[in-house]
Amino acid sequence: MRIELERRPEVSRLFSILSPVIALALTMIFGGIMFLLLGKNPITALHSFFIEPLMEVWSLHELAIKAAPLIMIGVGLSVCYRSNNWNIGAEGQFIAGAIAGSILPVVFHEWHSPLVLPLMLLLGMLGGALFAGIPAFLKAHLNTNEILTSLMLVYVAQLFLDWLVRGYWRNPGGMNFPETRTFDPVAVLPEMIASGRTHWGFGFALIAAVAIWFMMRYTLKGFEITVLGQSERAGRFAGFSTRKMIWFSMLLSGALAGLAGIAEVSGAIQQLRPVISPGYGFTAIIVAFLGRLNPLGIVVAGLVLALTYLGGEAAQLSLGVSDKVTRVFQGLLLFFVLSCDTLIRYKIKLVWSNLTGTATEGAH
Amino acid sequence: MKKILFALATTAAVLGFSASASAQEKAKVCFVYVGSKTDGGWTQAHDIGRLELEKALGDKIETQFLENVPEGPDAERAIERLARSGCGLIFTTSFGFMDATVKIAAKFPDVKFEHATGYKTAPNLATYNSRFYEGRYIQGQIAAKISQKGVAGYIASFPIPEVVMGINSFVTGARTINPDFKIKVVWANTWFDPGKEADAAKALIDQGVDVLTQHTDTTAPMQVAAERGIKAFGQASDMIKAGPQTQLTAIVDTWGAYYIKRTQAFLDGKWETTSSWDGLKDGILTMAPYTNMPDDVKALAEATEAKIRSGELKPFTGPLKKQDGSEWLKAGETADDGTLLGMNFYVEGVDDKLPQ
Repeated sequence: MRIELERRPEVSRLFSILSPVIALALTMIFGGIMFLLLGKNPITALHSFFIEPLMEVWSLHELAIKAAPLIMIGVGLSVCYRSNNWNIGAEGQFIAGAIAGSILPVVFHEWHSPLVLPLMLLLGMLGGALFAGIPAFLKAHLNTNEILTSLMLVYVAQLFLDWLVRGYWRNPGGMNFPETRTFDPVAVLPEMIASGRTHWGFGFALIAAVAIWFMMRYTLKGFEITVLGQSERAGRFAGFSTRKMIWFSMLLSGALAGLAGIAEVSGAIQQLRPVISPGYGFTAIIVAFLGRLNPLGIVVAGLVLALTYLGGEAAQLSLGVSDKVTRVFQGLLLFFVLSCDTLIRYKIKLVWSNLTGTATEGAH
Repeated sequence: MKKILFALATTAAVLGFSASASAQEKAKVCFVYVGSKTDGGWTQAHDIGRLELEKALGDKIETQFLENVPEGPDAERAIERLARSGCGLIFTTSFGFMDATVKIAAKFPDVKFEHATGYKTAPNLATYNSRFYEGRYIQGQIAAKISQKGVAGYIASFPIPEVVMGINSFVTGARTINPDFKIKVVWANTWFDPGKEADAAKALIDQGVDVLTQHTDTTAPMQVAAERGIKAFGQASDMIKAGPQTQLTAIVDTWGAYYIKRTQAFLDGKWETTSSWDGLKDGILTMAPYTNMPDDVKALAEATEAKIRSGELKPFTGPLKKQDGSEWLKAGETADDGTLLGMNFYVEGVDDKLPQ
């Protein structure tokens, strides 16, 4: 006996819309049970997870800061995934962008000019795009699997950053600690709104989301991406080039990841350290799918995921639970969201013998 | 389903009521940890200190903590969250929290902050540290007595003054017993990575060291030493469980004494910013029981510990030479704290080139 997923002939519109709500309800029930088993008040727990971070202005700012890189990277990845290019290495492109953008404030730190910041952002995009260009080239011309190459390049970027901040770029006044000098104010991304710390990285993320949404919906390029993603053959009949699409989608997502990287470093950290990302590039993959590969959906998904991080901290304080518990809770939420989405599009089928198995074509 | 929900809701309501009923007017003392409170090393030592604080002053204060807080923007948010949630006194327990603590302290002038092992202070931001090197001097003497080959292995984290100071103190202690004693150093470039630390331990043992010490936080080196049948020293917490036949002693961080002292001052309204650097005599640092060594070595270690406590012995007392043979301290001269806190050179006897 085995279990198969069979595509439903018709996807219920109602349930498609309700899916996130059902998932949230299930998370609350099972999360509540978990907190109850731990001897904690589930109402307080859920309150600190979902409500507390939204009740104060400073906390909303923190939400935006945490969500900004997730949204920016996720939006770029959605273009890749829609066009059937599986860029898993956004984490590496994020780091490559951060490094490229930091050349000015670290190496040429004596150059103070209003040009520094815009150039940093451009260099960041360029760095991310070039780094994504490696798997793009390998796929377009040598037919290698971009999932593997882009993923493995993440480690290259991480180790390169590590080497830089422990070696040539180490802060001469930093007591031998592995970090670069802190950026000069001209190299720091300014705050967006007077009421808190949110820097322009969040603004860029929103602009990117709207721009990509517009492109996907109203331009020929968007149509090309969708067609090539759904059927390469059909795309070729329409005169679209798969190879060009590989380059386009990888460079675009790399540039956005790189921009996210330099925005995070310049806006939030203001120096390079051995580790500059708690896995934003990987979490953004979840964000992209949580937002159903729709740029506007990704904005919401990024905010939701950021909320669970902040909520996790609030829960640690108000309940005194370990941060492991909050990770489990995040896991529950993602599990229910993704499984609800899957079960709305597929139904579970138990297959009792191999004979019937052949009839379920198209199932995974 | 309805029944379960109803049960949940009722329990929740009852619990919620009892929770709010016990809300009190106690002062809040809060902690930010870089690792997990059960890491068996650095963070656990701070958490034990927190629990001692609760035990001592639990009728006047309550404590809260955030664990596994990454250094960087997340730390800033975590500290700000504590400051906003009514914490009156906040301890941030990792060097990497320094800039974040400085920023938040400037934003919340009414909250008192204490940052461990850093060097930036403000009217509402104090720093505190422990003279770990006093314990390392004792370890060095034990190592020189125990080692057959006269070579010890040293697993170091980052080449910052704190760590360099520990290496120098260890060698200086060892050379009072065996003037030819040497140490080999491996830089793990991490505070907490069982895999890397174990590899470093193996590499050192393969190079022929027969006693091992570490300035990293996991028990992995202790376990490797146990497997290979050599002796080792624990770090930050008593690691005797990882090497019952292996651990000679350990430098145990007993922050509780400091936390109680400072919290009491805070409660009395007498808290002032300081740069505190306490040692064995203040109880901020304790040696784990001297085990797995002959009685005469144990007696020597205990005598040295007593002398350091009484102030009769200062580990860095001349004549001492730098690694290149040039004179550092004349006979009878002792190193001042400023030199120690900026230490970026080795003393004689270290078989390693200091990464610069």
